[in-house]
Amino acid sequence: MIRRAVVTGIGVVAPSGTSTDEHWATISAGESRLGPVSLFDASSYRTTIAGEVKGFSVEGKVDGRLLVQTDRWTHMGFQAAEQALADSSLDLSTVDPYAVSVVMASSSGGNQFGQRELQRLWSQPSRTVGAYQSIAWFYAATVGQLSIRHQAKGPNNVLVSESAGGLDSLAHAARSINRGVSVVLAGGIEAPLSPYALSCQLRTGWLSPRTDPRRAYLPFDTDAAGYVPGEGGVVFVVEDLEHALGRAAPTIYGEITGWGATHDGERAVNGLVGSPHQYARAMRLALERGETEPGDVHMVIPDALGVPGPDLVEATAINEVFGAKGVPVTSHKALTGRLYQGGAALDVTTGLLAMREQVIPGTAGPRRPAKGCELNFAQQTRASTVDSVMVGARGFGGYNSAVLLRRYANETAVVTGG
Amino acid sequence: MRNCSLRRTVVTGVGVVAPGGSTRKAFWKCLTEGRTATRRITLFDASTFRSQVAAECDFDPTQAGLSARDIRRSDRYVQFGLVAAAEALADSGLELDGPLLDRTGVVMGSAVGGTTALESEYVVLSDTGRDWLVDADYASPFLYHALVPSSLAADIAVRYGVHGPVQVISTGCTSGIDAIGYAHQLVQDGEADVVIAGAADSPLSPVTAASFDAIKATTPNNDAPERASRPFDRDRSGFVLGEGGAVLILEELEHARRRSAPIYCELTGYAARSNGFHMTGLRQDGVEMSLAIDDALRQARTNADEVSYICAHGSGTRQNDRHETAAFKRSLGHHAYQVPISSIKSMIGHSLGAIGAIEMAACALAVDGNTVPPTANWENRDPECDLDYVPNTARELPVEVALSVGSGFGGFQSAMIFARLRELAS
Repeated sequence: MIRRAVVTGIGVVAPSGTSTDEHWATISAGESRLGPVSLFDASSYRTTIAGEVKGFSVEGKVDGRLLVQTDRWTHMGFQAAEQALADSSLDLSTVDPYAVSVVMASSSGGNQFGQRELQRLWSQPSRTVGAYQSIAWFYAATVGQLSIRHQAKGPNNVLVSESAGGLDSLAHAARSINRGVSVVLAGGIEAPLSPYALSCQLRTGWLSPRTDPRRAYLPFDTDAAGYVPGEGGVVFVVEDLEHALGRAAPTIYGEITGWGATHDGERAVNGLVGSPHQYARAMRLALERGETEPGDVHMVIPDALGVPGPDLVEATAINEVFGAKGVPVTSHKALTGRLYQGGAALDVTTGLLAMREQVIPGTAGPRRPAKGCELNFAQQTRASTVDSVMVGARGFGGYNSAVLLRRYANETAVVTGG
Repeated sequence: MRNCSLRRTVVTGVGVVAPGGSTRKAFWKCLTEGRTATRRITLFDASTFRSQVAAECDFDPTQAGLSARDIRRSDRYVQFGLVAAAEALADSGLELDGPLLDRTGVVMGSAVGGTTALESEYVVLSDTGRDWLVDADYASPFLYHALVPSSLAADIAVRYGVHGPVQVISTGCTSGIDAIGYAHQLVQDGEADVVIAGAADSPLSPVTAASFDAIKATTPNNDAPERASRPFDRDRSGFVLGEGGAVLILEELEHARRRSAPIYCELTGYAARSNGFHMTGLRQDGVEMSLAIDDALRQARTNADEVSYICAHGSGTRQNDRHETAAFKRSLGHHAYQVPISSIKSMIGHSLGAIGAIEMAACALAVDGNTVPPTANWENRDPECDLDYVPNTARELPVEVALSVGSGFGGFQSAMIFARLRELAS
């Protein structure tokens, strides 16, 4: 028997909002949350704007000692997990702790913390770092802290496959549930806005140099000039369906029915190569696993890098799977910036909320689609049947991932298979 | 956790880059001779640090077959991964082409990824720590590759043109076991037929040394570097950092059989638990590690008394040695006192995320060669650690079932079982 994985709680900490309601309102209204970087003076850098979680702080909500031991990235994890659990009404003390896991994606660790400690090490003759560097910067820091905080003592995991990992974490949550775990805190969070981390990102040549937030990040547009980085992400409560039904979970946002991951297997040259076929195959694998025909998918949320070559590859892949203009496509990264691992998780949030609201939120661009990128973009926020959503994500270095979400309808008889 | 598949995973290739030997054969020779590869750090000036010893790889990337471009693009840990993958693939005899490419994945682990490159670049961009607003113009064109550890698996995938699922796992010091475990689940679930799986880390840089100094996790025993790593010995004083990488070719059993592949062993069980206790501290009862062992044994349909060898985490910290000794007793009962247990970290140090994969390579070679590597530098008995740690000399014995465990920051505990291939009783 296959155990089914459903999402029963969502915790959002993103430029678009620090609640699902705020996120939904922001993207439905097409409101940009990009602006000049305030976390440090970025005026000397080639990219000066970003999507920040304005006013974010967990001071007062988390023990002060713990705050100094952790990076902003982990702080976001604390808040998102708290919010997701509250949203799910799940009392973890009622669940076997060894059947609760944390599976999160991150591709750059505790950047601000790490840069501060590097500065201390290299600028002072004593050549030391603080006692918490060893636990604050590394990629597993947030998952480790969440595991302790919520007594999630099952098999935990940390996926670092750049921006595709936010989707891979949901696939792995479903795998874990199928192996007997009851609850998984899954998703992706990133805090890539420190001077050094931004300098690293600038080296790809993919970041937009524009300073006008409305013109900086234009995926699929003839005027696309790269992406704008952003911070934040989402933690989901992913639960075994029977477990969710057994405790009468107040909301079942949707089921993770399909996933697929492929790799280009070739090196991008000047960012212009990539494999529409392999990306399309990731989407087909997700459809196949979810036993869904392309025609039954009501909405696609693409990766939307905002770089002409990869955008064309993505549009070509979507056309290959769904047919020309075969499916409504909507993207909101232009409003929030690219949150790396957090971005794909935020797109999953949008997909789940669209199914709950039965509304396709209008896309944030393109105004003038580039040649080959003329997809069926959802121009306006509109009521529509949304029973199935596909989210795509691509990671630097050739990663392609897709996740298929299905609206959960109360079923009198639970279908079992496998 | 449940078994949900009849698809079985076997190991058909092994590649290793480790201190004391940069090939599978040299590695195994080093271990079975009980030779230690720990020494005073030469890769950077460690004279100001509390711990100045490490196990370094004598690694020449050009000699190891990497091109000038590979070397420019890739940080040292990625180079380890590329070289270990090449050796493992050659060893497996697998021809990666045609439709198999879609069914082949890459899953690699790394605890700290491109830290070494990130630090050396930081020093330049920040003008030796002077500027908070670092100057991006001085950055290497490959700096983003260093920031995101996804490069490790992507570079291997690109090298062989594979199109299956590719992932990098970073669960700290259990990354290696967890990466191989993730790969195993992909094979079990039919998401791949072949996975190039392993881990690599090259953490030997000032920031790593300073980080472990700050919490006194590494040994201050600088006077006798070759004897500095002393797991389970009464006089242990912390771990010795290492570096390296290992790659295993995991293959679905029937796929391996159809091509008459050489089979080292079967991966029969993998499980992980977390202690939910402390980022660095361990409860001395070892419960979570024990639960991971129990689950792995259950998946393997193996009784505790059938375990022929335990490749211990054996980092050489007092709390670890006692923690895992307790875990072995809890899971194996009386058999814990009989089974040979050793820590290869005594010889090749603790390479953080890489070591779990290197230890699985050792387990594959132990099953294949019916030899158990020793715990070097074991001289004085710790009354709290009263099991058979195979002191100093390797042993030849039938190794039917090898169990390996890992324990890491964040509270992660993982266990994996390699067994000689046998037909399942129906």
